[in-house]
Amino acid sequence: MSATEEPEVRAATPASRLAAYVRGGGVIVPVLTTLLAFFAGGLVMLVTGKDPIATYEAIWRGTGLQWIFPWTTGEDRTLAASNLQQTLIITTPLILTGLAVAFAFRAGLFNIGGNGQYIVGSIAAVWVGSSFADMPSFVHILLAILAACLAGAVWAGIAGLLKATTGAHEVITTIMLNWIAVWVGVWLFSLGGPLQNEAQKSIPVSEDVVEGARLPVFWGDPVLQGLHIGLFIALFAVIVFWILLNRSTIGYEVRAVGFNPEAARYSGMSVGKNYVLVMAVCGVFAGLAGGIDVLGWQFRIATNDIQEVQLGFFGIAVALLGRNTAVGTLAAALLFGALISGTSQRNLDPTIFEPSLAENLTFIIQGLVILIVSADVLVLGLVRRGRGILGRAGPPQASAAGEAEP
Amino acid sequence: MSILYGLYHPDEGEIRVGGEPVEVDSPSRAIDLGIGMVHQHFMLVPVMTVTENIVLGQEPTSGALLDVREGSRRVKELSDRYGLAVDPDAVIEQVSVGMQQRVEILKTLYRDARILILDEPTAVLTAQESHELFDVLRALKKDGVSIVFISHKLNEVLEISDRVTVLRRGKRIDTVPTEGATEESLARLMVGRDVLLRVDKDQGRPGEPVLEVEDLHVRDTRGLEAVKGVSLSVREGEVVAIAGVDGNGQLEFVQAIAGVVPPESGRVLLGGHDVTGRGVRATTDAGVAHIPEDRQLCGLVLDFTLAENLALREYRSPPISNHGLLSVGEMNERARALLKEYDVRGGEPGTLAGALSGGNQQKVAVAREIASNPKLLIAHQPTRGLDVGAIEFVHGRLLAEREQGRGILLVSLEFEEIRALADRILVMYEGQIVGEFPPDVSEEELGVAMTGGGGGRAAA
Repeated sequence: MSATEEPEVRAATPASRLAAYVRGGGVIVPVLTTLLAFFAGGLVMLVTGKDPIATYEAIWRGTGLQWIFPWTTGEDRTLAASNLQQTLIITTPLILTGLAVAFAFRAGLFNIGGNGQYIVGSIAAVWVGSSFADMPSFVHILLAILAACLAGAVWAGIAGLLKATTGAHEVITTIMLNWIAVWVGVWLFSLGGPLQNEAQKSIPVSEDVVEGARLPVFWGDPVLQGLHIGLFIALFAVIVFWILLNRSTIGYEVRAVGFNPEAARYSGMSVGKNYVLVMAVCGVFAGLAGGIDVLGWQFRIATNDIQEVQLGFFGIAVALLGRNTAVGTLAAALLFGALISGTSQRNLDPTIFEPSLAENLTFIIQGLVILIVSADVLVLGLVRRGRGILGRAGPPQASAAGEAEP
Repeated sequence: MSILYGLYHPDEGEIRVGGEPVEVDSPSRAIDLGIGMVHQHFMLVPVMTVTENIVLGQEPTSGALLDVREGSRRVKELSDRYGLAVDPDAVIEQVSVGMQQRVEILKTLYRDARILILDEPTAVLTAQESHELFDVLRALKKDGVSIVFISHKLNEVLEISDRVTVLRRGKRIDTVPTEGATEESLARLMVGRDVLLRVDKDQGRPGEPVLEVEDLHVRDTRGLEAVKGVSLSVREGEVVAIAGVDGNGQLEFVQAIAGVVPPESGRVLLGGHDVTGRGVRATTDAGVAHIPEDRQLCGLVLDFTLAENLALREYRSPPISNHGLLSVGEMNERARALLKEYDVRGGEPGTLAGALSGGNQQKVAVAREIASNPKLLIAHQPTRGLDVGAIEFVHGRLLAEREQGRGILLVSLEFEEIRALADRILVMYEGQIVGEFPPDVSEEELGVAMTGGGGGRAAA
């Protein structure tokens, strides 16, 4: 009776493949993926003639994560605190751009446009934040953040709308929108541009965000780039993401569309409307990331910042490694945040490893993560084989800090 | 079957061909061993010709070039020998399903198959085409070819086979000689208990019309007119069946009524309200439930849990959701009750739908649609691919809903199903209703109408 036990004919949407992947290996696969990436990064260091263990140790110290251990005391602790503030400052937008990619993935869409959405968010925030100097602080911050969210939503919404109406693939349109965002930004702030700094006519940079619109710093010295409250906004976004996706009718539709658009259509959902909505929500997350960065510590945007920003692309690695779940994205964002700040000029000990080279290491590891996650079959195969050897063993679970540990 | 053909690998056990233990690790190895397989879903390249499809993989060549004429000649020779009529130069996507199947069989013979495996070969054929297929199979048998015929249609099994092996849940239950077996005895082996093959149905008491369709025209996805002016009505407590060979506009007709696609012209009235082209949601709200033809593609979200799947119709209203927030507890509780009522096995509310067997998946789809308390229930091939036990259940359930006074529009390719359930039978051919028959119509008479010949006894 082959007919009664039909083989699992699955609609191979990205989301359903992803679901299979998520079910496949629990938390083991991302941990293994990370370890493999770090191992390969270590090989690169060996080839360049450096000691990988010493380098990873220096990067670890550069992240400031040892601050959480009570035995870090005295001067070490002060330095660790300052480094950890930097790590968390960079983790904040990574959480949000990660959510921007993850949310799209859950609806079966691939949002490569996180970078562009981040840029338009930051432009909107710097524009609002540098205008209306007399506005009450709280209102001003709120307005600037809302502007950033709205800008991101509109920008990403364009890709959703194009997909819903013309069927244009979101991968293509979001990549194109990235470039449009970059060059619109460059035009706005370059010499003589409409939003270029009035006081410094010779520098291609925006006006400064006024004091009242800057996010309050709650840890560290505000002058020396302490940790601002944007982190809490990002953590709140993680909760919103989870509730929206798992406990709301909107998220129910999003997931249904992501898993099986045809069944969703048969159930009376508008697939096109969902695409627009999903992309807009993604844009809110990514735009918020840009807004928080501008209001939290950058306070101004230079044209070369716009051309160099990579946070939206890091978001893809964050989402993939975090398996598009709320908690996973949070953990993966912390990992990448730690890597970026641990290998930065400011935090890494240059006698052990050249920071300019170490930055590339971050990219190597990011690339490896994407590569390995894409080749999930390989990792799952390894896991399965490993289970055969170890019985039903496997690491019980890895905390965010544990993952970041080299 | 996939293991026999080398697509899957066995965990244990062995396969012997001609007494020799063999390891079938790939389809090409299976071909070498003389095993040929005709899948339920054809494995043909639609844009290639019949000959090209048959020789694919073992093309006759002259020098480095493909020798089309030689290929054609050998195809012709084989098709004449076994009465497998095909046009060697026709393009696959333009020939009938029956011919495509003959191409699949020729493919295996071209590779010198001595063991032919047919997976549900009649599922896509009309009665006439099935008879032709059986003639071919008998000719092959006479020529010494061994045939494994997989089917859940008991009458066919009894007609064509010499021995019958019954499998249930992956286990061989018994092998019996066909001589002396009856439909009832086989059904008992398949399900493990006595099965009512003929559902008892009392005289219907149809009430007011729930569905009225007036001169409906619908285009298919390619823009061709698939439904050409269909009018019909379904009354309360009445089962109206649409019979016809697959692909004669049934899918488009059902989609238009359920609101999945807008019709080109015409009207759809539900309880007197016009819902033409107003979408699934409006149609659902007007009291239509729809069990779609393809449960895996359209009926269920396989990556959703059963609770989530069962909520697909009602997730927007209390108590399942309030102000846009889902109540997971409510969803699970409701799912638990429905799974019990509909006897869904192997699943808790939290189980993923994809983990269930086909029959149980179908029960979930049926449960959801009936639970939405519709006035009109559209059942499109509701028992496709189910075993007799599940078919009995679904049929019983549909008749119970008829008793409740719901109107039921049944679209089916199965003669037995139509005869068992319908109060009236409409035959659809090339997008039009070409005849109306009472339920006691003979298979031959219906078959003739389904292929476009003759009118109904009582014209629609």
